[in-house]
Amino acid sequence: MKKWICIALTVVMILSFAACKKTIKVDEDTFADGDQYEYIGGELNVLNWGEYIDPDLLTLFEQETGVKVNYIEMTSNEEMLMKLRSADSSYDICVPSDYIIEQMIREDMLQPLDMSKIPNAKNIDPKMIEITNGFDPGNKYSLPYMWGTVGILYNTTMVDEPVDSWGILWNEKYKGSIWMYDSPRDTIGVTLKYLGYDMNTRNEDEVAAARDKLIEQAPLIKGFGTDEMRQSMIEGNEALAVIYSGDAFLCIDENPELTYIVPKEGSNVWFDNMVIMKNAKNVEAAHALINFLNDGAIAARNTEYIYYSTPNKAAMERLDPYFTENEIYNPPQEVLDRCELFHDLGDFVEIYNAAWNKITSK
Amino acid sequence: MKRKYFAYPYIVWMILFIAVPMIFIFYYAFNVDGRWTTERFVQTIANGDYWIVLLKSVEIAFITTAICLLLAYPIAYILSNMKKSVAAFISVLFFVPMWMNFVLRTYAWYAILEFAFPKLLGVKLLTNSTSNTIAVLVVMVYDFLPFMVLPLYNTLSKLDRSLLEASRDLGANGVTTFFRVVLPLSVPGIVSGITMVFIPAITAFTVTAMIGHGKPNLYGNVIEKQFKSTSGGFATGSTLAIILLICVMVSTLIMNHFDKDKEGGSIL
Amino acid sequence: MKRVLRSFKYVYLGLMLLFLYLPIVYLIVFSFNDFTSVSGRQAYSSIGTWKGFTLANYGAVFTDRSAGPAIVLTIEIALISSLAATIIGTAAAIGINSMRKRTRTAVLSVSQLPMVNPDLVTGITFMMLFAFVSSLLGINVGDFARLLIAHISFSIPYVIFSVLPRLKQSSDMLYEAALDLGCSPIQALLKAVIPDIMPGITSGFIMALTMSLDDFVVSYFIAKEQQTLSVHIYSSFRHGVNPAIATILFVPLVAMLLIVNLRRIAKEREYEIQNKKVKMK
Repeated sequence: MKKWICIALTVVMILSFAACKKTIKVDEDTFADGDQYEYIGGELNVLNWGEYIDPDLLTLFEQETGVKVNYIEMTSNEEMLMKLRSADSSYDICVPSDYIIEQMIREDMLQPLDMSKIPNAKNIDPKMIEITNGFDPGNKYSLPYMWGTVGILYNTTMVDEPVDSWGILWNEKYKGSIWMYDSPRDTIGVTLKYLGYDMNTRNEDEVAAARDKLIEQAPLIKGFGTDEMRQSMIEGNEALAVIYSGDAFLCIDENPELTYIVPKEGSNVWFDNMVIMKNAKNVEAAHALINFLNDGAIAARNTEYIYYSTPNKAAMERLDPYFTENEIYNPPQEVLDRCELFHDLGDFVEIYNAAWNKITSK
Repeated sequence: MKRKYFAYPYIVWMILFIAVPMIFIFYYAFNVDGRWTTERFVQTIANGDYWIVLLKSVEIAFITTAICLLLAYPIAYILSNMKKSVAAFISVLFFVPMWMNFVLRTYAWYAILEFAFPKLLGVKLLTNSTSNTIAVLVVMVYDFLPFMVLPLYNTLSKLDRSLLEASRDLGANGVTTFFRVVLPLSVPGIVSGITMVFIPAITAFTVTAMIGHGKPNLYGNVIEKQFKSTSGGFATGSTLAIILLICVMVSTLIMNHFDKDKEGGSIL
Repeated sequence: MKRVLRSFKYVYLGLMLLFLYLPIVYLIVFSFNDFTSVSGRQAYSSIGTWKGFTLANYGAVFTDRSAGPAIVLTIEIALISSLAATIIGTAAAIGINSMRKRTRTAVLSVSQLPMVNPDLVTGITFMMLFAFVSSLLGINVGDFARLLIAHISFSIPYVIFSVLPRLKQSSDMLYEAALDLGCSPIQALLKAVIPDIMPGITSGFIMALTMSLDDFVVSYFIAKEQQTLSVHIYSSFRHGVNPAIATILFVPLVAMLLIVNLRRIAKEREYEIQNKKVKMK
């Protein structure tokens, strides 16, 4: 008897989950470029960063096209690359960063975008297109999704001196209160900048110098983090964090005691672009999703949710000045002038990986 | 039809899904991009960094096991000396958390250490390698403690009471009885407890990943990274897994040596 | 002195139980916390600050895009895999029990392999197996099948080792007698042997079920586009997990186990008391 009650309860539970599906309301304001979506069907496997899309938008896309979206999260570019390289990879669409896209093009992992299926690409700011041409000439394979800078987020009640240099991250005073980013290119990159080298250096001595500098810093840091840094900064647990501008903006929104700067030595400006994999199964739906996310109204809604800067001009026009006039969200030219893109390093990346292994095992 | 045929589906299943997959570890360790080579294998073996990490992991697993044993033995001993009905009741309380998902229990600790302590007590706990290591140890002990209590309790509660009486009749006091009679007789339980804690503790990567923000970097984390987020194929990861398998075999052999009757193998 | 020692015993057990249950209670308490942040976001990672009581977290589980499917998948895989493992494992135990001693020892020691093997190794071997099958044979095994195969594989040994002791207690004659009475081997098995070893089969099933629900590492390595609950929790703990997602499946499970076990104990005790009474008469 007891057994049957248990089984019945389980079945009820499964059914109740299946029955509970959110529906998103659609009205004339939902799309800026008109409701141009037709039924496609099938499944679409999307590989993206954690909390990097408004989940309601995915549901809306499912509603409009009948595609079932499997949304898988990753925490680093390297993890994503590993997943995509596996022989049984089944992802249709993903959102890697600039230097990884360059590498993926080199390794012939992507398929060219069919621009006739992405009419909303016209909404993307030509200025942004120009920058992304630096790693994907002519945007043959990718279209920008979000972008931003890397900088330092700090708590003004805990840090007394003015922060304008990466050097503060080596200050003994903040021992145990410093977050570094859990990504080899970002962390080694900013250290290279601090030492006055090129972020994309292929000089082994320079990488070794950065490595030693980071090993020297090891006792001072709280750890290498990604998304968990946000709450820890918001609650005022830690003083300093190397973080992406979008995350910094979100943190400051929650806790006004925080400030974000891009150090004077210069930093990294990055782009996360949407790409379609060469072995994608549902190419039609993949194009439709890219087109969907480039709709001005949709892109605005997405950026309001995740706080990262949108390259979409139509979206920028719709956004509240709270976003567009914010210097973190929309950095002035002088900040961008001291930032550079990461580039694919080819086989030299092994040197970075070896250095990273040394740093993280300390 | 002979009854032994009933085992054949299982044997086929085991060959397909346990034996064959094990071969892949060796396949990928020596086959890099379709050609056979020992180059990557030797390279990995010769890399001292991995050995340092392995040593640290063994050390942490050893400490975890020792603390678990020290905490669990009194629990099992007290329970085994209680009235049967009371002991059965309390022992269930000790075993039930074991069924709760590992990740979940670790997440609960993450919440407590990272956010509750600084908020409620104003103490920041996880600030450097040392404090991270201590936190990781506490959580590992927490995660594995029931696995140590269970086999110890099983062995101790089956202990023949008349032996204890005999020892006392022969003039031994409580302490002597414990060390000369109870402890030697509970060795099978100790052994199976150690097996159930030590090896999982070497490979547990979730605890450091969730609690320590990657510090301390343990062997399980290195292997996980090799398969999840490092470019360059499975060769290094497979080699590291082979070393791990050798460790498992060695420790199983040592354990079997102590547990000749194979009675402590009871996991249930 | 003796009384001090005895109360010390209870204090020690109490402290240990507190240590074991504190984190679980903490999660349960915070599953009723209001996580709405200053800017109106649901900040589940602010799990150190109590902001007020709400049931909204439980509602949110049902509308969450990934949590709902993860819970369904976890339950489905656990039920199907433990059922399959119980069938294969029970048949295997019956077969193994009738083998000659040497073969039996050999099969049993191989069967222990998946139990001794770290789950990390099990996970990567399955990951490689599926990658290899896909690259060489071109067969891309779907996530559901992957999870099912892996979960069945690591639970079978637990079923075997819970059924075997029961089989040893049960008489060999039972099967032979059933055959002599005109049963087919299958009938003999179903009507004579199985009912006799039912308690072992049940505990094997429960063991398989818990192994499947408890698994994280193996699923983490093999699943691609679908997540079980534990993989979902691990992959999103950095930006905060709704504690209701964490408690909704596991707290009832733990409570159920507690109740079932305690009731069994109560029954046994009743039985014992009755036995005593009979003896006294």
